[in-house]
This record gives sequence, structure tokens and C-alpha cells, in this order.
Amino acid sequence: MQNTKNTTEFNSETLDLVNKIIRRYPQGRQKSALLPVLHIAQSENSGWLSSEVMDYVASLLEIQPIEVYEVASFYSMYNLQPVGNCVIEVCQTGPCWLKGSEELIAHFEKKLGIKPGETTADGRFTIKTVECLAACGNAPVIQVGTEYHENMTSEKADQLLSNWTAENKCSHTNPYL
Amino acid sequence: MAQQILLNDIKVPGLASFEVYRKLGGYASVEKTLKYFTPDEVTAEVKKSGMRGRGGAGFPTGMKWGFLDKSTNNPRYFVCNFDESEPGTFKDRHIGQLNPHQLIEGMILGSYALGAKTSYIYIRGELFYVLRIIEKAIEEAYANGFLGKNILGSGYSLDLYCQPGGGAYICGEETALIESLEGKRGNPRIKPPFPAIVGLYDCPTVVNNVETIAALPWIMNNGADAYAAIGVGNSKGTKLISACGHINKPGIYEIELGLPVEEFIYSDQYCGGIRNGNKLKAVVAGGSSVPILPADLILKTAKGETRLMSYESLAEGGFETGTMLGSGGFIVMDETTCMVKNLLTFARFYHHESCGQCSPCREGTGWIEKILQRIEDGRGTMKDIDLLVSISKHIEGNTICPLGDAAAWPVASAVRHFRQEFEDHVKLQKCPLSR
Repeated sequence: MQNTKNTTEFNSETLDLVNKIIRRYPQGRQKSALLPVLHIAQSENSGWLSSEVMDYVASLLEIQPIEVYEVASFYSMYNLQPVGNCVIEVCQTGPCWLKGSEELIAHFEKKLGIKPGETTADGRFTIKTVECLAACGNAPVIQVGTEYHENMTSEKADQLLSNWTAENKCSHTNPYL
Repeated sequence: MAQQILLNDIKVPGLASFEVYRKLGGYASVEKTLKYFTPDEVTAEVKKSGMRGRGGAGFPTGMKWGFLDKSTNNPRYFVCNFDESEPGTFKDRHIGQLNPHQLIEGMILGSYALGAKTSYIYIRGELFYVLRIIEKAIEEAYANGFLGKNILGSGYSLDLYCQPGGGAYICGEETALIESLEGKRGNPRIKPPFPAIVGLYDCPTVVNNVETIAALPWIMNNGADAYAAIGVGNSKGTKLISACGHINKPGIYEIELGLPVEEFIYSDQYCGGIRNGNKLKAVVAGGSSVPILPADLILKTAKGETRLMSYESLAEGGFETGTMLGSGGFIVMDETTCMVKNLLTFARFYHHESCGQCSPCREGTGWIEKILQRIEDGRGTMKDIDLLVSISKHIEGNTICPLGDAAAWPVASAVRHFRQEFEDHVKLQKCPLSR
């Protein structure tokens, strides 16, 4: 998607969802919709929030752009830089580390030729390390879009990578749908 | 078999649907409560049950409800804390994913007791797939007259919504959660005023954990006395323990409070012992924030008494030789585990998750991570070990919210109980257990 002003805007279906969310809060408290709307906006903008997108969200919620920037930069799920088509988030906190997350991260690095925070040259994959995903009983765990993949092994990683490559996996889908 | 309050039906296929849940007796507590109990009587019942908040702090739930300011005409809010992010804790997801109606039923009871007309379930953004399950269940509850206007003809109306977070551990702190729900950064508020007086949209608000709320239907169905009959001492009822790490059977277990820790770790009914027949080295009993204990002190107190899974027994010995029940995130480590590296992963976590408002936490968590990294890499000095403790002491108690304490306690306890291992890293100039 191009990040010009025109394509930043939501279509009518997405606007309906946004308005439905805004109605969940008392009159004048539409700012409460900011986190949910940023999730939607990010999914519609190839997985990241450009300043154009954030300005558009500010106009939708009738708040100042700075109120959007300060929130988008605080929470770890919002990407402020472009990412690959499929973002692989690997948990690295204690319980996942106990069950081999370091080896898993190293495996992804080797297979994809990139380090955490980087995107493959073809733009397909990004690896991110993340903190506890609250699925410690099935460690190690990764997240791709709204999917969790648990009890991960190198073999399972290879299988997933080959599936995702074949289907040109995109992890940026509207999380509400 | 221990009494099951929360997980009784968890394995029933299709439990997440209204139809199956209702057939199993679901929503009966709402029918009973709206008909026979006034809101204050519900609060009294919860007080009498002795239930304590299951998010980690263990504060008596009924007492928390009792603080709610009912003196004004302002709206009151009931909010569910589903920001489950404490490392080692994965119990709330289990309920949300498999038994969402149990949570909704509890939300109706709590909202009724507190006089809330609009309630929110704040769920961490990573769990969007669980949010979708809960939203579907909420729709079903509306369609069947358990949410919306004039529930079951009682005159009581309630709207319930689910709200995603954006990825921030700190939003599990209730005032940060409220800020986040208002569409702001998750910066904890200075207290007082407490949320019971000034909470969401500056209105009186109660925030409770998922597990706490999910137990309300059982309490209203079976009575406070039945609940209080379970457990030991001031640890009433059952508790979900999410067990992970080097055990044979990681998972979520509902225990009656008072179960011996040794039985929990070694019995086939629970964790099933340590993997590969290895030796137990250490346990973090209540989520990463609580003090770590070595094998001998988790199985028995310093006085030689059997250690029980209860608020009091786990805390026996204070922070010198005890720990906390916390969130029930039970992380087990076997003899192959490096205590420095384990602590380093937690330090990195707290550094990453500090909101940045208070200098001791914002700076101190970073320093702790850096020092632990150099000790683990074999570049540390003996002075570094004392420096770690000194930094942790300067964070503890000096921050707006408990994240600072949560970052400090694991450090102080790891050095206290495993100092030798830290010194070995320095002497050998490498990790003695590195693979």
C-alpha cells in the first residue's frame, strides 16, 4: 500500500467498525478508542504506523496528533518503521529461555539471514524479539499476527517458514476479523 | 481430587459457546443474584468468602469493593484486568479462551454489586485471538438477555465491552490500565486517590483480575461459607497455578490453597516431577516478580516446616527465606540452569517494561541488566555483585508503582541465595553452566 493521503483513509466497512468501537465509551471519551484503532490502522498499512496514518487516526478521533504519537511510541505492538510482510515475534523472557528460545532465535537468524529487528531483503520476513507472551507452559512461543505458535522447535520453525513462504504469508490482517 | 471451582468444565467440548455453557448450569448465579440479592448483599457475600485478588497482590476482594465511593451520582465502573503479562503466568488466557462465559457471568455479578452500568474487559493486545472469542461470547450473552437493558426483567442494565492493550506489562498495574483504557500511555498514577474514588474517567472504579471475577459465579451459587471452607488460614478457596519450566507436566492446575509445594512439584496429578529425573535447583513461585527460592527453601521453610501453596506459608520467613504466592506463575528450574542468566532475562524484561516515569526504575533497571550481562559474559567483578544489590535497594520503595519493587526483589533474592554462583562467574570469567 502506498502511504499517500488518499490511501491512508479507511474504507466504509472499517469506518463502521471504528465507529462501533467509539460508541463503547461515554460521550467525549472517544480517545479511549485510540489503542484499538491504532491496531486496525497498522494492519491496514502493511504492519506499521507512518506519521500520515497517525495523523489520520488523530483526525478520526478528534484528538491532537501528538496524543497519537506518544501512545504509538509507548506500546511495543506498534511499529513506527516499515516491517516485512510476515513479522515473527519470538518470546525471550525467562520461561521461554529455560525451554530454548535462544536456540530458536538463532535458528530463525540462520534460516533467514537476518538479526532480530531486521527484515529480509525480499521484504517477506521480519524477526522481532518480544517479552513474555503469557503462554509459558508451552514454551518456547512465537507470535505471528494474532496467531500463537507454541512448543516451538527448529523442525516446527522450518515447517512454518516453508508454509509461510509458499503462501506468501501476511501477518497484517485486521485483528478484529 | 481437589475441589474444582474454575476448571470443573474446562475440558467440555464447545464450552465457549453459550448453549453448552448454559446447559452446564451457566448463568444460574445471575438468575439467583438479580432476584434474591441486593448489590450490597453481593459485596457482603464476597467479603465473607475471604477471597483475595488473584492478580498477584492478594488483596481481599470484598474489602476492595467496599472502598468504592457510592456517595456521588457519577457513573461507577467495573474493569477486568486481563493484561496477563507477568512472566510465568498463563492462567487467565486459559479461562478467556476456553470458558469466556464464566468470565462474563462474573462480570455481570461484579458490575451489579458495584452498580456499574458499563464494564470493560481490558485484555493485552497480544491476545487478540482471545478477544475475538470473548467478543463472540458477549454477543451471545446479549442475544440471550444476560447483557443489555433490563437483564432478566430485573431492572438492572449492563453493557460490557472488550478492549485490547498495545503491548505493555505495566498496564497490569491498575492505574496504568485505567490510563491505557482512556487511550493514553500506560503511566501509573500517583495514589491516593485510589481508583475506588477516582478511577476510569475520574469516576469510582474497581479493577479485578480475570481469575477473581471468574470465581464469583461459584461463590454466588454455593455461598460464601462453602468457598471459605476450602483452603487454609487466610488463604481461602482455590487458586490457578500456571506451572512451567523444567517439569514433566507444564500446565494450568487448580489447587486448593494449602497443598504442600513438594506434592505440587512431584505428584503426577500436578507437575509430575523434574524433567529427565534432574535435580530441582530453584523455584519462582508466584511470577517473575517474587523472590526466587532454592530447592531446600521452597520445599521447607527455614524452620523446617512443610512449605504449603498458600499466601501465608509461601511468605513464611519474609524476604530472607520466603517468597510470595503472587499470581501463581510457578517457574521451576533444574540443576542445569544458570541463576545469573535466568535473572538477566528477567532484568531485561523489567528494563523493557519500565514506563520511564520514575528515575530509580527507569535508570536502575537498565543498570541492573547491563551489570548482569557483564557478569554472565565473564567481564564482571566482585564489586558488581554488591552493586546489583545496592541498585535494587535504591529502586525498592522509591517508585510510583510496584514495578520497581518487582524488578528489585528477584535481584536481591537471587544474590542472597545463589551468591556463590555469581562469584564463580567472576572468578572463572565465564558462565560455569554455559552450553
